[in-house]
Amino acid sequence: MNNYELMVIFTPILSEDEFKNAQKKYSELITENAGTVVHSNPWGLKSLAYPIDKKTTGIYWVIEFTADASFNEKLKIALLRDEQVMRHMVTKLDKYAVEYNAVKKSGVGFNTQKQEA
Amino acid sequence: MAKNEIKYLTAIKQEKPKKKYCRFKKYGIKYVDYKDIEFLKRFLNEQGKMLPRRLSGNSLKYQRKVSDAIKKARQMALLPYVTDLLK
Repeated sequence: MNNYELMVIFTPILSEDEFKNAQKKYSELITENAGTVVHSNPWGLKSLAYPIDKKTTGIYWVIEFTADASFNEKLKIALLRDEQVMRHMVTKLDKYAVEYNAVKKSGVGFNTQKQEA
Repeated sequence: MAKNEIKYLTAIKQEKPKKKYCRFKKYGIKYVDYKDIEFLKRFLNEQGKMLPRRLSGNSLKYQRKVSDAIKKARQMALLPYVTDLLK
């Protein structure tokens, strides 16, 4: 089992419900494949630093989870097939990163998602 | 400086440039977060290019980590690849 962090940029045309459903879908995909969701953080609509697919905004979602290394391939296929997803990135977290995220979750006034790009 | 016998009319400048230090080592930062844009911006110039170690003073280990974090942030459109007047 490894610690990972997934960041997804959804298309800005999604409604609130669609965004929630998409989050639920991927959270379930993680739990179905013997993983656990540690923390989920929807950033919401945010302007992009440069246009992607001719769009200037995107809906960001960050999720921290633990899973087997073999799960990544499945997740990647699911994300690439999804037309709502503009871009995604999975980062492997080392022990310092896990520590950092734990502090950040408990800390007050430490919100990066409020900062503009 | 007792042995310095020469007297100058105006005091000679003796300002030494401040010694650079690696802020990660000094403050014990172990992980560079690619989501923390404001922090990463300290290592970028106006055009969004990364500052060299000669200017930032980072140790090689952390310069590499900063570089990885900036590249991740660029991929996820948190930071621009090219720009003018960043900051």
